Amino acid sequence: MVKVPETAASAPLFDYAPAPESRAIVDIRSSYGLFVDGEFVDGQGSSFKTVNPATEEVLSEVAEASDADVDAAVKAARRAHSRVWGRMSGRERAKYLYRIARIIQERAREIAVLETLDNGKPIKESRDVDVPTAAAHFFYYAGWADKLEYAVPGNGAPQSLGVAGQVIPWNFPLLMLAWKIAPALAAGNTVVLKPAETTPLTALLFAEICQQADLPPGVVNIVTGAGATGQALVAHPDVDKVAFTGSTEVGRRIARTVAGTDKKVTLELGGKAANIVFEDAPVDQAVEGIVTGIFFNQGHVCCAGSRLLVQESVAEEVLDRLKRRMATLRVGDPLDKNTDVGAINSAEQLARITELARVGEDEVGTTGGAGRWSPPCDLPERGFWFPPTVFTGVSQAHRIAREEIFGPVLSVLTFRTATEAVEKANNTPFGLSAGVWTEKGSRILWMANQLRAGVVWANTFNKFDPTSPFGGYKESGYGREGGRHGLEGYLK
Amino acid sequence: MSPTTPARASVRKTWKLYIGGAFPRSESGYSYVVNDAKGQFVANAAMASRKDARDAVQAARKAFGGWSSKTAYNRAQILYRVAEVMEDRRPQFLDAVRQSEGLGSRQATQVVDDAVDRLVWYAGWADKITQVVGSANPVAGPYFNLSSPEPTGVVAVVAPQRSSLLGLVSVVAPAIVTGNTTVVLASEERPLPAITFAEVLATSDVPGGVVNVLTGPPAATAPWLAEHMDVNALDLTGLAGDDEAAAALEASAAENLKRVLRAPAAEPDWEADPGIDRMTAFLETKTVWHPIGL
Repeated sequence: MVKVPETAASAPLFDYAPAPESRAIVDIRSSYGLFVDGEFVDGQGSSFKTVNPATEEVLSEVAEASDADVDAAVKAARRAHSRVWGRMSGRERAKYLYRIARIIQERAREIAVLETLDNGKPIKESRDVDVPTAAAHFFYYAGWADKLEYAVPGNGAPQSLGVAGQVIPWNFPLLMLAWKIAPALAAGNTVVLKPAETTPLTALLFAEICQQADLPPGVVNIVTGAGATGQALVAHPDVDKVAFTGSTEVGRRIARTVAGTDKKVTLELGGKAANIVFEDAPVDQAVEGIVTGIFFNQGHVCCAGSRLLVQESVAEEVLDRLKRRMATLRVGDPLDKNTDVGAINSAEQLARITELARVGEDEVGTTGGAGRWSPPCDLPERGFWFPPTVFTGVSQAHRIAREEIFGPVLSVLTFRTATEAVEKANNTPFGLSAGVWTEKGSRILWMANQLRAGVVWANTFNKFDPTSPFGGYKESGYGREGGRHGLEGYLK
Repeated sequence: MSPTTPARASVRKTWKLYIGGAFPRSESGYSYVVNDAKGQFVANAAMASRKDARDAVQAARKAFGGWSSKTAYNRAQILYRVAEVMEDRRPQFLDAVRQSEGLGSRQATQVVDDAVDRLVWYAGWADKITQVVGSANPVAGPYFNLSSPEPTGVVAVVAPQRSSLLGLVSVVAPAIVTGNTTVVLASEERPLPAITFAEVLATSDVPGGVVNVLTGPPAATAPWLAEHMDVNALDLTGLAGDDEAAAALEASAAENLKRVLRAPAAEPDWEADPGIDRMTAFLETKTVWHPIGL
């Protein structure tokens, strides 16, 4: 085993020249209406501003859909389903979805820049992860549209459900839209989708893409707004399917709202994933995985590896190397191509992270190696920022080990045996994902069997693919998105 | 037309073979006359020889490693690209089908549309067939056990004789979408749409050697392909109704236990739902065991 130099945690940063991606490629309108029945229309409600979280600059003003607006969108979706989309052959539907996939590929850079402006995530991530994966989702589900009879065992003549009401979060705005819309449309449903209040712009750009693809009016409708708009959508009596990605708290409310109806529901909710590092793990690889697990997308990831469980015998070494690696993370301008960690998406989210970190500081104390640590980094003066942070000496009772922080904050716990690691990992109401780092294959599979989580990554983390089903156990929600399984929630 | 300004003489295309991404003439120097549906002379097509067939197998084998190890997503993108380029060349294919099959305008349009859509249909299968025919197996012991399909290798295809475009696409696409590479013997009397299709393949990011197209009578090359020890599978669809020839080829194929898709009694209805049998015919199933335990 290689010994880490004593000065590990203060390794010097290289100086990088600024490498900003040009924002000239995007053309943001000063205001946006709703996208209903194939056209942009003025909402009947008020409007709200969407800002660039890296600068607090107002990007645009967006309509806040009222109940009446939601109703109009659902009606448009219903008409499109009964007159056009629900009757169209899968072979024809497929071609529209392929067109959308191709246009996303063609306009990839424009979408990536817009996503980074509205969300605050590094351009490196929007460019290399969000946008290509979104295109891949449409491409993959396009291919299912004309093969639905093979998708669900035992259902040789699958039918669409009707109108899907979909509500998505702000952490992967376009990608979550793709996860929702692609399988819904492939299965022959029409959709009304509400993007998150703080990140509506790529969904509105997607509306333009639907126009360029000549998608029949009403097949996709985008209603912008906050919680009330989402509530109106999921509660609408003419919605046949509800799909939600977001917090467990809101997920519970939605489950209550649809109780007693015939609505089919998919919920993809919070997580508090354990990332479990055994003593025989390849340490450098594991450290990269820990960093990816919690600092990717500023930790705004429902499946983030927010609890590091490291075997006691290697805890010190792993932590040393982790800190050294964290010191090289570049936090700052999301449009800079060298940036690793961008801006926190909103003032509200920053306040939540700050508060939980403060609580964590009180909880873990400073004795016996416990404490809070961040590498030295200069955060921009304007905008919403939080440095990559690690807490050591965390116990299972601490709030920072139990609650989803949804930010770049890692809680470190230790274990001695695999059984103890499993107990700690499963000691959470969540069950979305988990990570296992060990060179022993049989142990990976044993751990995978024991972990109560919908996705288990072994010697890797935060991997996503359209062919691979994603979703949680327990209070991380139900239903799966991605793969053949992702169609089941949209078919009867 | 005035005698002083004669009509422009057209520049006619030389119809060649398609081997390893290039368009060579037959090594034999032989060609044969191809007529249109009314019996009028259209072109001299290359008559592929035994040597051409062997070259084609070599090219297909060489391409197999790269093609089969591309991600399924990538193969899907490439097949879809073939459909895009083919759609772009619809007028050319309409002419080719009308000329070779004698179809009216409406029928020809239907055939070309179906051929493009069939490519799109198969493109989508690239990253789905594993999910439909693979399985996680609950063996009675502490073992992870997963079965996945893998391409069988080089597939020699005797393409349908009547349906020179839709039939051709319907036998080539299912073989290559899963990662196999092919040597395709085009319809003997209607070979020209196959060469035009090869021109589309050559400009659609399909690596050279994944599809190789031979023209000429089946008797000149099929027996060599059937006994070639580096060919893994044989599709005899183009010998529909010719039981004797098909049986002889199947017998030759037995030497290295080629997978054989037998000739049907009559050429299939290519407009019908093809199902997934043409893909599974050229897939192996690989099962991986791994212990589970501390």
